[in-house]
This record gives sequence, structure tokens and C-alpha cells, in this order.
Amino acid sequence: MTKLPKWPVLEQLIGPDRLGRGKSVKSEHSEHLHARVSDADRVVKSVCPYCAVGCGQNVFVKDEKVVHIEGDPDSPVSRGRLCPKGSASLQLTTGEARRYEVLYRRPHASDFEVLDLDRAMDMVAERVIKTRRETWQWEQEGKRMRRTLGIASLGGATLDNEENYLMKKLYTAIGAIQIENQARI
Amino acid sequence: MAVEVKSLLLEKDTPAHASGYRDHPPRMGFFTDTSVCIGCKACEVACKEWNQVPEDGLSFTGMSYDNTGGLGADTWRHVAFIEQRRRGVHQISDNQAEQDSGSLRWLMASDVCKHCTHAACLDVCPTGALLRTEFGTVIVQEDICNGCGYCIPACPYGVIDQRQNDGRAWKCTLCYDRISVGVEPACAKACPTDSIQFGELSELHRRADQRLGQLHRAGVSDARLYGRDERDGVGGDGAFFLLLDEPEIYGLPPDPVVTTRDLPEMWLRVGVAALGIASFIATSFIGRRHD
Amino acid sequence: MAECHPVGFQWVMEAKARGATVIHVDPRYTRTSAVADLHVPLRAGTDIAFLGGIINYVIEHERYFRDYVIAYTNGPTLISEEFKDTEDLDGVFSGLDAEQRKYDFHSWEYQTGTVQAASGHREMEAEKAARHQERHRAEAAKSKTAHGESHGSGGAAVPGNADRDESMQDPRCVFQVLKRHFSRYTPEVVEQICGVPKELFLTVCETLSDNSGRDRTSAFCYAVGWTQHSVGVQYIRTAAILQLLLGNIGRPGGGILALRGHASIQGSTDIPTLFNLLPGYLPMPHAGVDVDLDTYVAGEETEKGFWGEMRSYMVSLLKAWWGDTATPENDFCYDYLPRISGSHSTYETVMAQLDGTCKGYFVVGENPAVGSANAKMQRLAMAKLDWLVVRDFSLIESATWWKDGPEIETGELETKDIATEVFFFPAAAHTEKNGSFTNTQRMLQWHHAAIEPPQHARSDLWFYYHLGRLIKAKLAGSSEAMDRPVQDLTWHYPTEGSIAEPSAEAVLAEINGYDADGTPLSSYEQLREDGSTACGCWIYTGCYRDGVNQAARRKPWREQSWVAPEWGWAWPANRRIIYNRASADPDGKPWSERKAYIWWDDDQARWIGHDVPDFDVHKSPWYRPPVGATAAEALSGVDPFVMQADGKAWLFAPTGLQDGPLPAHYEPQDSPFANLLYGQQRNPVRVVFSNRHNRLHPSPSEQGSSVFPYVLTTYRLTEHHTAGGMSRWQPYLAELQPEMFCEVHPELAKERELEHLGWATIVTARGVIEARVLVTERMAPITVQGRRIHQIGLPYHWGPNGYSRGDAANELAAIVLDPNVHIQEVKAFTGDIRPGRRPRGPASVALVEEYQRRAGITRSTGTEVRGGR
Repeated sequence: MTKLPKWPVLEQLIGPDRLGRGKSVKSEHSEHLHARVSDADRVVKSVCPYCAVGCGQNVFVKDEKVVHIEGDPDSPVSRGRLCPKGSASLQLTTGEARRYEVLYRRPHASDFEVLDLDRAMDMVAERVIKTRRETWQWEQEGKRMRRTLGIASLGGATLDNEENYLMKKLYTAIGAIQIENQARI
Repeated sequence: MAVEVKSLLLEKDTPAHASGYRDHPPRMGFFTDTSVCIGCKACEVACKEWNQVPEDGLSFTGMSYDNTGGLGADTWRHVAFIEQRRRGVHQISDNQAEQDSGSLRWLMASDVCKHCTHAACLDVCPTGALLRTEFGTVIVQEDICNGCGYCIPACPYGVIDQRQNDGRAWKCTLCYDRISVGVEPACAKACPTDSIQFGELSELHRRADQRLGQLHRAGVSDARLYGRDERDGVGGDGAFFLLLDEPEIYGLPPDPVVTTRDLPEMWLRVGVAALGIASFIATSFIGRRHD
Repeated sequence: MAECHPVGFQWVMEAKARGATVIHVDPRYTRTSAVADLHVPLRAGTDIAFLGGIINYVIEHERYFRDYVIAYTNGPTLISEEFKDTEDLDGVFSGLDAEQRKYDFHSWEYQTGTVQAASGHREMEAEKAARHQERHRAEAAKSKTAHGESHGSGGAAVPGNADRDESMQDPRCVFQVLKRHFSRYTPEVVEQICGVPKELFLTVCETLSDNSGRDRTSAFCYAVGWTQHSVGVQYIRTAAILQLLLGNIGRPGGGILALRGHASIQGSTDIPTLFNLLPGYLPMPHAGVDVDLDTYVAGEETEKGFWGEMRSYMVSLLKAWWGDTATPENDFCYDYLPRISGSHSTYETVMAQLDGTCKGYFVVGENPAVGSANAKMQRLAMAKLDWLVVRDFSLIESATWWKDGPEIETGELETKDIATEVFFFPAAAHTEKNGSFTNTQRMLQWHHAAIEPPQHARSDLWFYYHLGRLIKAKLAGSSEAMDRPVQDLTWHYPTEGSIAEPSAEAVLAEINGYDADGTPLSSYEQLREDGSTACGCWIYTGCYRDGVNQAARRKPWREQSWVAPEWGWAWPANRRIIYNRASADPDGKPWSERKAYIWWDDDQARWIGHDVPDFDVHKSPWYRPPVGATAAEALSGVDPFVMQADGKAWLFAPTGLQDGPLPAHYEPQDSPFANLLYGQQRNPVRVVFSNRHNRLHPSPSEQGSSVFPYVLTTYRLTEHHTAGGMSRWQPYLAELQPEMFCEVHPELAKERELEHLGWATIVTARGVIEARVLVTERMAPITVQGRRIHQIGLPYHWGPNGYSRGDAANELAAIVLDPNVHIQEVKAFTGDIRPGRRPRGPASVALVEEYQRRAGITRSTGTEVRGGR
């Protein structure tokens, strides 16, 4: 049979599946089904980005694209399981809702415009320096402050430890103190 | 021919064998133990993510926390939520608060294609799009289905469904692609509480019987298995359930019967195959998706 | 827990399958209630009364674990004679300064000095006493700065030589004070306050007591809604007292487990993007108090316990940040640190934005326009900024309020009038960057980058590294003194790949710490105060031990012990259960075989067991410190709580809390009921803001209070994630809970003519929203003091952007804060509900104003310190 072209009716008539419900009617597509878990180029170990339970995730990569994310069965925390949010991680990370361009809204403008990343970084650095200069406090009521109350930040709980560390380090060096995150909310 | 058909149908344990597979793997299935379901819907999302099933619209149904509504072409796992007022569950006292809340019960159950032993969808499919796999499961072959829709009314559970803007029939495949390479289906893999268990059907039967006994001993007298009985109208299900109430409560038919039972066995199906070779070839190729 | 942490809940289900009893206490009947053995509905905002009732039961019926309490808690410790309890002062503690709206803690202290110091040591004791007084003054100056949080990994300073009565009979010992304090929390009172029937309540008390002791332990799990009250910290304190009385802390199967909602919310507390902390719970210097390194350390370190080494931790941090510039001669650049001068929390920052002080704002993976209390004020504050940077995956509400926010529709703001520059930077996903999350059990887990982020999406590591690099470059030539900390900042991280992504592992190595040769440290005990070590976060030392990323360890759970110590890395020192010395009795033997965890092995003369001992492994149970010993040396062999200044767990907190050494039940800021227990209605030192957008509701005795007759409570759903930025844009999640709804009981639906699937308008003095109506018996009315009160359930995930949309519940909530940690009260407040959709445009503002008028609300309504019933 294997030498013959795959021809469902012929296979049905001469094979054991005379009713044509099984083997004889298996299509090309069904015959060559492939699972994204088994033909990925690599599996990368990760952790679910939603809540703080910290479920293990396996991230499957093919052709430099994430093609699937599912629970890591090795994890003593989660034993391979994921909740609906964790199960939606592929859509979160590769879905159409994600933006990939820097947007900028000028003062009083009615909409965003696209901005180059390097230019945007430079503009933000300029603004940090300017605001810091304008709002710097060496002293207040005779007490040494060495700070700015002009710059604040909110966020960190969805980020990595290393990111929080650089944030706190940089903000402290520039004298910004109103640094907060979801832990207080 | 009729005799042969009958004998094949009686081979209850090996629907795969009856479909032409020799040396096939054991029959695989799902046991969904609704007594430990927490209604998180991980199964719904994991299924859609793996199988790339389309999102099917935002609709606030008001049916408790169920905004999915039921199984369909774009929902292969569906979690039902049933709010009940009932005596004897949390019976602590007779006071007001107890009446307000304690006797409340919230049933949750993840429904799925039953992968029937006698699958009417399979029986009526004129194109060979519906397939019994070597695992004894039933799938729709998307490259064969021509969207004739015969399978839709044939299903005693109302599971299989046509997708809008596509026309073809879709339903749970029990992750045929995954189980073919030895990994469990996406829903069972994700399920946080092991409410959805995947495995060899015989082993799942054993586990289910044990769990039922445990619940009965614990006084949960309404617990029952659904789709476990091989003598039922569909010859038992490849995906069966432990329920805590009547099947109707969950939107399941109490006594499903394979809709093709009263047909002169499989004559229609076989007749099509024997007589209509030319047209069969035509339909099977027309049915391939080109869009 | 099943709702918000379904995968964590698998362990509860497994425990249940093994015979554990699962009790769910919640105003709502949730997915957790559905599988619990017992659901106990209670009125939102009454948990201290409920838990206090159990404490009273446990003491009255002698169900507490006496041996544990005597040996390991401060139950026997004597309290100052000056202390006056709520029993004496009708609901407040001694030391209340009504004018300043704060407590002076002096009278809450331990009694010391009855036991005379041995001859020759008196001078030292006097010196200690003087130092203690100094510390006390410093602590007082720092009240209102969430200073208590700096005790996040241990206790506040107390003298280590307090008097004790081991029989716990002295009326001034903590145990007796506690007993008296909670004696009025009877089952009858619990029923009248919480609406929990006596019989049901007693079932909880008995079940909990039966499942605690030598052979059994019980655990408390809470999601952080427990903290979102004006008495939030005291909620947790009440649970802690109860768990200590039952002997359920430091033992397997015990504990109080905070189930936190964001992947690294624990990490962002340990390595804090928080105003009042430096890494490792070192406090931010306070202006005018912590004037130099010496005064800073003197004000914070403790005589006993591991906080006694605080100088080493601080110096090592300064070395990590300012490297070679930090020398003993310049106080290790201590002066480079900015000072705090009060609370600068996110809510005070909103006020500072409104008044124009704060001009630039980074919003990073947060969505305050939806997720923070009083969402309108968040947006109005942002509209005053010069510039705003938002980093996220999608255009969340906090990025677009200036063109399509609710105030644009109402006319309160006009786009063309808003001068704020807005930058939106697309963020990289977890799959596109290396880094560690610290999960809710303090465990660091590394996630590896699978691919590079597409286009202009970048990690926050990239953003802050390059922002810092640019700022440093721009300031490199400056001669301004204010720029020195930036110029001298160590900022040398290798970058990799086409986008020059900084190495997260290099950052982790700095967090871990290294010695003078650059060799990674393996334990915080190696940290030195002479500047020879550098360390970014002392409690994380060991996470990069031997130069190996310990957070990336992934030995499958099947291949290791049940504690799974080789998966990830938990701070401190990879301990999975902290204070685990308490799992053994004072002699070092397990309390029972069944609950054996860590024990003293005589042959090896060390502590051994299933986990890393949270104790000096060679310190025997019979070790007693020599007179004059300090820091860790001063802890005896029976002091399991090694971060506490006295080595004991605190039933009574002599310092460290802003609102009392013991929890007391106060009604929420907005409540339909008078406080049945005391003449004091609300937490006297709660933080309130008088702002025309933040009006508070009248007290229950005031006529206007009936304008807001229902209890509102906000919460999360399994299908969504907090303010929705990671779920409302995902079609597979959006379709599961497609729009904002409110949950109401059929009786309330009838009372207010609300139609199932119809619309309801919900109003408070802060705002108005609309929601689809879900009529359900799961929102049970509660009978309290003869009144049947309805509670309305409000999921808070929605906002006007995204695929799944709706009004934000936080439009309704006031900014009223717990005084310890400055967290908002959003789990219990009041409001009105009516059928139909909310008015559009200016009419919606008019509706809120009309409610304020009808209720007679003024700027001072609900802001009193004393009384208020």
C-alpha cells in the first residue's frame, strides 16, 4: 500500500477498515500532523509573568519565533499546570495587541506620533536632567535633603528583580524618592 | 456485509480495531472529575492556544460565570457553572446566614467532545473527514471536510459544530497531534487541580470507580459517573465525567443514543463507498481547503 | 485562592484529598467557597473582630500551644506600666496625639531594668538605655513614613533585656494584656459585628484548634485584599497573633501565606521600588534624623539578632553603588543618598502632582488610571505633569487618558489644554529577556530569554541601563555637586546582542555581592562594615554563590526531596520556611514526628533536617549568651525568631506599628455600622486626604449616611489580571469575562429594581460607574445588629481601553490609607446602586455632586481622629 498513491477509497475497499471510518480515510494532513512541542528548535525555561505563584513555563521556539508556551512539569511549584492567564501567555507575548513602536504626544496635541527609539531615549534623559535641575532641593527647613520631588515612578511588581535594582539605583543616584510599585496598591 | 458490520460494532473495547488499525495503542480518553473542578477555565484557554481555535466574541451571558455558553466550532472545552440552593451540603446550622449562603452550591464542570464508542458523526460523514484514530478517538480532518454539515445533527450531545466563515465542522481532537508524540492534551496538561485527567481509558475507568466509591463513602450520594457505562446508548464515551448531580443540570443529555442506531446499520455509509467512487473522489478533493 | 491563584490552589486540593479541612472566610461565595468544606461569609471590613474572636476563644478555652507560646513568643515579657489599652481608653491606646494624628509609642515598650545588671555592667546598661531613648526619638520622627516596612525581614528595635514572667501570670505580661484586650471579642460580639452566626463561628474555632498543636498545623492563606483596609496591617497582625498562639509559625504546614498578585511583587519589595526602603529592607535615610552613617545605623540597628549587623549591610550597599568613591573617610558616600521627610507614597505623589511639585512621571508596567484608588484623581494628577513615560505592552488607560479618558467625556479636561508630553515605550515580554522573579514564597526563579524583543520593544533593564548611561554621559562634564552621585555611580554592565541588552546576570551578581577580589559572596554573614565587601541586597546574598546563578537551578521536583531545595533559590540563604527553629521544641527535638522539620543532632552537634536551618547551625539549644553579647551572638538557643530584636515572636508589638501594639476592630472609613466594641469608630491614625475629588461618607450616626446604604467590595476574577493590562487585550481571556459587571443578591435586585443582565449605576461621593448586573445568591446579605445589609461585588479589572471594556471600580474608591504601609481601603466601603446606565457628559459629575449634597458631605466629613461613631 505504501507504494501506491494515498487513495482513501481504494484503501477502504481492500483494507481492514471497510467502513471507511479509520485508517483507510486518514488524510494527508492527519498523517503528517506535527506537534509544536516536538518539532521546536529549542525549549527555553521560563516563569509565568502573571501572579506571584511562580509557575514554571516551557517556551517553545521555532525559526526564532515563540510558537508555544505551556507549563513546565519539572516545577515543584506548579507541576506543569497553568491557570487561564498563564495558558494565555502565548497570546500575551505574541498577540496583535502588543505595540512595537515608540509613540510620542506633544503638549496639547490631539494624538500620538511615532518616534524613533534613540531619539525618544535622548528626549527622556534631557527631561530627567531638566526637571531634576529645576526641582532640586539641597535643604528644606534647615534639613539636608539632597533630592528632587520633581520626578516620580510607579511600577516594578511585574518586572524582574534586576530591573527593579537598576531602577532604584538610578533613581536614588539622581535623587528621586517618590519611587513606588504595586506592592503598595 | 451487514453481518460483518454488526460484529465490528460489537467490538466495544477496540473501536480502533474496528476502524482498521492493527497493533494500535490502547484507547485513550479523558476522565473529567467535576468534584474537584474550580472553574478556572484554564482548559478553555489552553485548548484554544494549542489548537489555535478562534476567539468567538464577547458576550456577557449572565449564566453565572459562564460566558462561553457551550461547546461549538470555536469552543472545544467549555466550563459550565451552575448555582444551586440545596440542603445537606454545608449543614452547620439552620439560622439565617446558613440559609443565605451555606446551602448554596456552585457546580463547575468542564465539558468536551465525548469521543463516543459508537460515534454518529463518524457514521454519517460522507467524505471520510471524520476519522477514528488509532487511539480510538474521533477527529475531523480539516483537509477533507467539505462542510456538508451532516455530522452536526447526528451528534447526540450537540458537540460538533460548523464554523462561521469557514463552513467546516470542528471539535475537540483530544489533541491528536500531541498524543501522537506522547504528550497529553493541552487541557489536561493545564488543569490546576487534575479535574481533567488524560490516560488509557481502562485506567481512567479504574480511577473513576475508585473516586466514586470514595465520594459515596463520604456521603456524597449524588455523585455519579456519566459516559462510563459501555452499555449506554453510545457504547460508552472516550471522554467521561464524574458529576455531582443529574446530567441535565449540567446541560448533558441524560440518556444519549447514537443517532444512527436505527439506520439499517451502516448501509448508507457503505453504499456511498461502494457505489459512488467517482463522486467520492470529487467530494474529497473539493473538500480540501484552498482559501 | 482558587479565584486568584488556581495553580497554587492545587496544593489545597491535594491537602483536602488527604483529609485537610478547608475553611473559606470571605464576604462572597467564590470559586474557593465552592470546593471548601466550610464557607463563612462575613461583612466586609470586620476581619479583626472575627480573628480577635478566635483569639479570645483559644485563650478562654486554653486551646493555645502553651509550651510554644512561653518559649518562642513574647507572651511572658512584661510591658511598661505606662501602657494603657483600648480597654482603658475606649478604643484607643496610650500615646495618641490627636492633633498630629499619630501615636507616641513610648508607653508600649517592654519593661526593663527590674533585673539589675551585674556589677560592672551597669554603665553599659545605662549607655544602652540612652541609645534606646535616642532610637525611640528617631522612630517617632519617622512615623507616617511607612517606616514599619523596614522591618519587612525582621523586627524593630527593642531592648534585648526585657523582664519576663515565665508563668505568664503577671497582669503586665504580654499574654495577660492580650487576654484582657480580646476578652470582649466574644462569639456574640462576632455575630453582631461580622454577621457570622455563633454556631458557625464556634465550628471554625474548634476546627482550627483541633488542627493545631504538636501533631498538627494549620495555615492561613490570604490574597492581598486583606491588606487593602485602613487597618490592613493589623488584619495580618491578628492572624499572626492567632497563629503564634496555636504554634503554627516556623513549622511545616503552618504559617501565614500572602498570595501576591504580580510575578515579582515580592522581589520589588525586597529590592524595593518603594519610597521608604533601600534594598534588603534598609530604610531610606530620614531628613534631619539620619544625618550621617553613624546616626543612621544607631537609629536602626538592634542589639540582638541579625539586624545587629546592619552597618555591614549598609556599607556593602554603598560600595555596590559608588564603588571606589565610597571610602571610610567619606562615610562610604552615605551623603549621596536622598532623604525622605514624610510619606512619599504613590498616593502622596498624586497629591504632589496635583499641586505641581512633581512634574515628571514614569509608569512602568502599572495602570494607575484603572488600578489605583480614586482613578479620577490619578488622571487629574497626570494631567498636571510636564512629562509622562509609560512602558507597557499596549496602549493602556494610563497612556491615553489625555485623549479618551472619562474626564474628556465629562468635560472636566480638554485635550488641547493638557500640556503633558507623553512617551509610550513598548515593553519586552518575559520571553524576550533574562531575569529573575521572586515569587510569593520568597523564591527567586530565573526566566531565560527565548528570543530578542521585536522592533522597538525593550526590556526595562535595557531602558533603565541606557537611560542611566545617557544621563551619566550628559552630566559627565558637570561640576555641580548635585551631579556627583550620578557621576560616581557604578554603571558598568556588559551588554550583549544587536540591541545592546545589558546582562541581567551581571546585575544579579552585583545584587548577590562580592568581596574585595570580586569573588561572589555566599552568605550575608560575610558582609563587612570596613568597605571590603559590596552587595546590592544583603538578603539576596547567596543567590549567585560560587558564581552560579542559583535562581536558574531547575532540578525536577521528582528528583529531590519534598522541600525541593534545588529548584530556584529562596532568600534568606535558600531557606524555604523561615524561623524554622520553631519547628523543634526548646530542647531541639521535633514537636512531633509527624511535623519534624529541623532538629538538633547531638552526635554532629548541629542542626539538621529537611531545610536550611534558620539558625546558627552550631548553636545548641542550651546556648545562653554571655552578658554584653550583641547582634546574633546575643540570641540564645531558644530564640527562633532571629531577625527580631529579642529573638521572640511578638504577640504584642512594642514598637514598629503606627496604630497600636495590638489589633483592635475599627469600622472601615465608609461603613453603615457604628463600632459595637468601642466609642472609637475608625482607626484614629488612618491617613485621609481632604480633596474635593476624594470626599468621604458620613458616619453611621449622621443623617446622610443612609444615602450610601450598601457595602461595596472590589476583587479580582480568575480570568483577568489586576488593572487588565495583561488580560483585557487578550481575546482568549477577554471572551471569558467580557465586560464590567456587578454582583448583587436577588433581594437587592428586587429592592432596587435591578434586572439580571441589565445595567446598574453605582455611586459614591467620589464617582459614578455603570456595570452589567449579575444577580446571584452568591452575594449573600448579612444580618448585623438586626439589620440585613447587602454587599455589592465589583471586579476591578476594567477600564475604557482594550478589547474587553468597562468602567473602573476604582472610580468609586476613596484614597484612605492604612497608616503603616499606606495601602488604600478598597475592600470595604459604601455606595448606592440604581438601575440603568450612568449619565453621560457633565451630567455624571452633577450626579456625584448631587449625592454629596444629599448626604451633607463637607471637606471634614469622616476625617475625625477621635470618636466618630
